[in-house]
Amino acid sequence: MPEAPFEPRIVAFLCRWCAGAGADLAGTSRIAYPSNAIPIRVNCSGRVEPEWVMEAFRSGADGVLIGGCHPGDCHYVSGNYKTRRRIYLLKKLLGELGIAPERVRLEWVSATEGAKFARVMKEFVVQLKELGPLSVGRDPLSVNRGPSSEHRESVVAERQRETRVGT
Amino acid sequence: MSREPLTVDRNPSAVDRDPSSVNRNPSAVDRRPSSATDHGPRTTDHGFRTTGRGPRIGVFVCHCGKNIATTVDVERVVEALASYPGVAYAARHEYMCSDPGQDIVKKAIKEHRLTGVVVSACSPSMHETTFRNAAEDAGLNPYLVEIANIREWCSWVHNDPVTTDKAIRITRAMVEKVKGNHPLVPVEVDHAVKCLVVGGGISGIQAALDIANAGYEVLLVERSPSIGGRMAQLSETFPTLDCSQCILTPKMVEASRHPRIRLLTYSEVSEVTGYLGNYHVKIRKKPTYVDPDKCNLCGDCVAACPIRVPSEFDQGLSERAAIYIPFPQAVPSSYTLDEVNCLGLNPLRCSECSKVCTVGAINYDMREELIEEDVGAIVLATGYDLYGKEMMGEYGHGTVPDVIEGLEFERILSAGGPTKGEVRRPSDGKVPKEVVFIQCSGSRDPELHKSYCSKICCMYTAKHALLYRHNVHDGTAYVFYIDIRAGGKEYEEFVVRAMEDERILYLRGKVAKVFRDGDKVMVWGVDTLTGKRIEVAADLVVLAQAMVPSAGTEELARKLHIACGGEGFLKEAHPKLRPLEALTAGIFLAGAAHGPKDIPEAVAQGSGAAAKAIAILAAPTLTHSPEMAEVDEDLCSGCAVCVPQCPYSAITPGDVAHVNELLCEGCGTCVAACPSGAMRMKNQTDAQVKRMIQVALDVEPVEVGRA
Ligand SMILES: Cc1cc2nc3c(=O)[nH]c(=O)nc-3n(C[C@H](O)[C@H](O)[C@H](O)COP(=O)(O)OP(=O)(O)OC[C@H]3O[C@@H](n4cnc5c(N)ncnc54)[C@H](O)[C@@H]3O)c2cc1C
Ligand code: SF4
Ligand code: SF4
Ligand code: FES
Repeated sequence: MPEAPFEPRIVAFLCRWCAGAGADLAGTSRIAYPSNAIPIRVNCSGRVEPEWVMEAFRSGADGVLIGGCHPGDCHYVSGNYKTRRRIYLLKKLLGELGIAPERVRLEWVSATEGAKFARVMKEFVVQLKELGPLSVGRDPLSVNRGPSSEHRESVVAERQRETRVGT
Repeated sequence: MSREPLTVDRNPSAVDRDPSSVNRNPSAVDRRPSSATDHGPRTTDHGFRTTGRGPRIGVFVCHCGKNIATTVDVERVVEALASYPGVAYAARHEYMCSDPGQDIVKKAIKEHRLTGVVVSACSPSMHETTFRNAAEDAGLNPYLVEIANIREWCSWVHNDPVTTDKAIRITRAMVEKVKGNHPLVPVEVDHAVKCLVVGGGISGIQAALDIANAGYEVLLVERSPSIGGRMAQLSETFPTLDCSQCILTPKMVEASRHPRIRLLTYSEVSEVTGYLGNYHVKIRKKPTYVDPDKCNLCGDCVAACPIRVPSEFDQGLSERAAIYIPFPQAVPSSYTLDEVNCLGLNPLRCSECSKVCTVGAINYDMREELIEEDVGAIVLATGYDLYGKEMMGEYGHGTVPDVIEGLEFERILSAGGPTKGEVRRPSDGKVPKEVVFIQCSGSRDPELHKSYCSKICCMYTAKHALLYRHNVHDGTAYVFYIDIRAGGKEYEEFVVRAMEDERILYLRGKVAKVFRDGDKVMVWGVDTLTGKRIEVAADLVVLAQAMVPSAGTEELARKLHIACGGEGFLKEAHPKLRPLEALTAGIFLAGAAHGPKDIPEAVAQGSGAAAKAIAILAAPTLTHSPEMAEVDEDLCSGCAVCVPQCPYSAITPGDVAHVNELLCEGCGTCVAACPSGAMRMKNQTDAQVKRMIQVALDVEPVEVGRA
């Protein structure tokens, strides 16, 4: 059986006010784009944690898209500026880890830019196809996951138990 | 397709099926026995049922008629979700948002003791509230309900073999989110009972009057020296031809005399902070250097002033002094000293006006005032400008004498205008015998100018041509048009009247060139109906220029964090269903600032926006979403990294950080920054999102297992 062509898997974090609304508009306007990305809505691109991007790569994503409002237009004033800085640093780190920084894409899409959203999606898929699949096996991330949020939660549970015993 | 819901219940126990066991009282405790080890179901303070056992999520997939079902195999989605861990019930319906659809949700919540609901349907901006309310009716906390967007984000934009797969992944990810959601209760917030209206054109005046008449205080901010807006400049108004000033001035006076309207003219909004119900606004009121209480409108200062500049009100067709009143009926009725054109106030270089003012109204020491107010809602009615004729290369870049814009012609037609209402052309004051009106000048021309239709130009051009013929009985009027759009009450009749009764020559076609030839303006065009080339040696050409948002609209939108559409007009939350609202709660749009509009529409929108604002002002308290940040005090190290992240200064540092729940808007920026994972987003924790990511990317192909 011939191998199926490589279809990159993408997670897209979209802010509710701009990129998410832009994606809504792409839908209302029926502007087609490839179905590779699973979108996750956040209030603001500033909510997106670099750790989520790592989690996505760890879980098998070939690319991560972060969509926010244009600079100056963030519904929460300045969240997107913070995102920009964080993603810039994250990309540097990704380079060090041997993951092509282009696998993370930060895009500003306004609520009126449905066509732009579709275009970004198309471009990103093409770009990721060129990069090829992200090989998780060789991925340093799979070795050291660092303290997970599950771990943190168990610590809290532990502490709470301790306090209860004490009283 | 059957309208009956298809339901897949994985483990329908006898208890679940027994209607008598259905808990019909949402506030009552669910007493059915649960497994021996857990804490058993309990009620929260607010009467919503929670359960100590594993999650029991209900998934409701909508066909949306054909909107989803054409590209997504809804039945497969239901089956795939029914077999998904934690899902206790899955169903589909043609229209989940319909009453029968909502009933399915409500019934399932009760019968299957659901601990969470995922509705796979259209964008959450459409029906999140619908389903959250439905769940609340059935006794489930609304914050345990989430929408998986499989329409805008899936069925409408894809049509390939994996579209259904994507819908399943989106839904499963949402199930994971809901598993981690907690019941929440909205925060109650007090609010200001004042409203800010920006822009004192007819739309803003109407909004201000309606709000004030309903019993609430209004701040009406207008940046020019008088309220009235463009309507004050118009001569007579289509289709009834009543005098614009005569119907406008009573409203202006009413607004100025209203005990609950504070008029702030010559003022601009400089800063807006806060949120729905509690906006804090800063307004700069420029000094007019004239005390309106003393000024008796004698006009002696004008004669004394050595300066003459083009009058804005007369569209540059007449001149005004540096101290002036824009038009005689201006409100407030007082002169204004325009310091930009004055010879100089600091140091004082002229002071002629003050010397002649017998009542001592002129005060050179007046300073800019900064006014700060708290308002509950904001109406934006900043109106329009004309797309300048200097943009029209094909019509001579605005340099050809006697090629004028619509508003200039309005001034020429006005009794109070530069020619006292007689139609005379600007260059030499002659009465023009041949006048060419060009419609769609700058509109409907995506290549060179604006792509949209300015909507009112067909109407005012018919009015202009008709009024011209009333003025100059032996004159000839030509109108070049692409097509006539007269969709309004009695509009078509009005245009027909102009065409037939007034014998105005309507020529279908575009004008290719306009240029000066001697004392004539040559107009070259083509009549596309006959295919003939037309050349008119005109005395005057009137361009029906496109309407554009007034200067500064974008800047104002930025201050308010609301969006402008591609052409710069203020953007509404939904083009059909929420045309008066900005996406940001508590901010409303009215008049031509939102798009080209005529007076009746601008007034209707002003009243509509007022009604929306009143709904906020009249509410005893407002509720604030509880989906916001909270600090886990066990984990917080007090490092205060989060503090400067917050755009609303909602976090107070200390041994442990503290989030002010009235101020937090839930952006989550602090959460992403906290190095200890102590700052959490309620119902969108890290753990929840990571599970969503994992499920969204689940390597296993999404397969359907029947129970
Ligand atoms: C040539 C011509 C003829 C027309 N004839 C007719 C007609 O016969 N019948 C008809 O129904 N309609 C007619 N119209 C349309 C009519 O002018 C508009 O529908 C109407 O004026 C819109 O009112 P508005 O209040 O929305 O805006 P505007 O009248 O533009 O008022 C906006 C106000 O807001 C102020 N403002 C702007 N920005 C700010 C800011 N940042 N801060 C504070 N204040 C600000 C402005 O100074 C202005 O006073 C005509 C239009 C043109 C161009
Ligand atoms: S950043 Fe995190 S640990 Fe530091 S003060 Fe804020 S909540 Fe506490
Ligand atoms: S989520 Fe954090 S940063 Fe955002 S408003 Fe709330 S406290 Fe401020
Ligand atoms: S709300 Fe869109 S980036 Fe902040």
